[in-house]
Amino acid sequence: MTEDEIRRVVIEELSNVAPETDPASIAPDEDVREALDIDSMDVLNYVIALHTRLHVDIPEIDYPKLLTIAGATAYLGHKLGSAIAQ
Amino acid sequence: MPSLGADMETGTLVEWLKNPGEPVHRGDVIAVVETQKGAIEIEVFETGVLDRVLLTPGVKVPVGTPMALISTPGGPPATAAAPPPAAPAPALVQPLRPSPPVAPAPIARVGVAAGPRPHVSPAARKLAEARGVSAAALTGTGPGGAVVRADVERAAAPPPAEGPKRAGLDLGEMRKAIAAAMARSKREIPHYYLSQPVDMSATLDWLKAVNAARQPPERLLLAVVLLKAVALALEDFPEFNGFYRDDGFHPSETIHPGTAIAIRGGGLVAPAIHDADEKTLDELMAALHDLVARTRAGRLRSSELFDPTITVTSLGERGAESVLGVIYPPQVAIVGFGAPALRPWVAGGRIEARPLMTVTLAGDHRVSDGHRGALFLLEIERRLQHPEDL
Repeated sequence: MTEDEIRRVVIEELSNVAPETDPASIAPDEDVREALDIDSMDVLNYVIALHTRLHVDIPEIDYPKLLTIAGATAYLGHKLGSAIAQ
Repeated sequence: MPSLGADMETGTLVEWLKNPGEPVHRGDVIAVVETQKGAIEIEVFETGVLDRVLLTPGVKVPVGTPMALISTPGGPPATAAAPPPAAPAPALVQPLRPSPPVAPAPIARVGVAAGPRPHVSPAARKLAEARGVSAAALTGTGPGGAVVRADVERAAAPPPAEGPKRAGLDLGEMRKAIAAAMARSKREIPHYYLSQPVDMSATLDWLKAVNAARQPPERLLLAVVLLKAVALALEDFPEFNGFYRDDGFHPSETIHPGTAIAIRGGGLVAPAIHDADEKTLDELMAALHDLVARTRAGRLRSSELFDPTITVTSLGERGAESVLGVIYPPQVAIVGFGAPALRPWVAGGRIEARPLMTVTLAGDHRVSDGHRGALFLLEIERRLQHPEDL
């Protein structure tokens, strides 16, 4: 998967847990919990969706890395073994 | 039309999910009704055959209006979607805000073959005569199913001529419902407040270990651990679990905590998780997962709205340190959990950084005192020191 593809998956899954919001419009380093008003149940649903869709292990201790779009893209890229060009 | 909360005055039938002639069982979803809390699935309280529907989709009617007739085996038809008088029907018992005096509406004169003739209070009988309402045909919400003034006032209100609304959540309507319930609470309930800081190390460490061994779909949220601790503590403190009605406090034998769920964009609903004290943490997690999804989609069941016996509110990780709640009538208590935060704590004579959480109680002084409230909070604290037993 390319970096762009991963970012699209992240944005799509954020949009699924918070359908009233537009995750594509927020800054890549913004905390999605604040920008999209996401609570702990939403975060769990987002992690479940990424885990199920991309077949990656996401330990709870890594949740903070998923809380910005840039962070999630980098984390998942690393997990998927893709070379993410900066 | 069942009352789905102290703040509900009317409901609009969206659709029937059963046809006349079909058998229905207690607990079946029989219809969908649009309320200020979204589209609610109405469960039936009788087992029998759906005889006749009395409302057509799109009609808005006052709470208490018969919706359908159900023939029960060996008995006269019962009105659907109204709990039998013997069953606890908390939300139905509280009188709603009286309707303004109006001319009798046709709906009030619809005779219903409801089981035994209900007892009618003298005041209700007088009012019924003045308004031209047949009191004997009403479903009583007073003690023992008696018809009281509020029932007559409800029946005499005209059904406003409005079309069906879009199913889902209307945040403006939800705000009105919250406003009505909270204003009534502050008017009627003499609240007292207590708060207790709780060391959450044991619970958070235990939860971290449990979740580390699980894949995301099986993980637990802190909210369910808190819910279970409250539910178990309530077993020893019945004065915080039940309903305050016209004739005083009625403790509930079952423990159905309402869980405050925030709606993005503003709004709040606190539907019940049934029998939380008897559920395992995994069962509670599944129930909460389902409940949050349906709350946000605007698709709750009627029992989830009128069953809560107490409310539990958790501010979550990004919340403030503590919440002093407003009791949702006719309940008599609300337990609040602030956001966990690392704070100085004295343990064994030394100051240590510990994750603390402020647990609060707002209690109804007509029912309980601060002394018992404090013991209740200490019991919740004690339970949270032994999360493996929850």
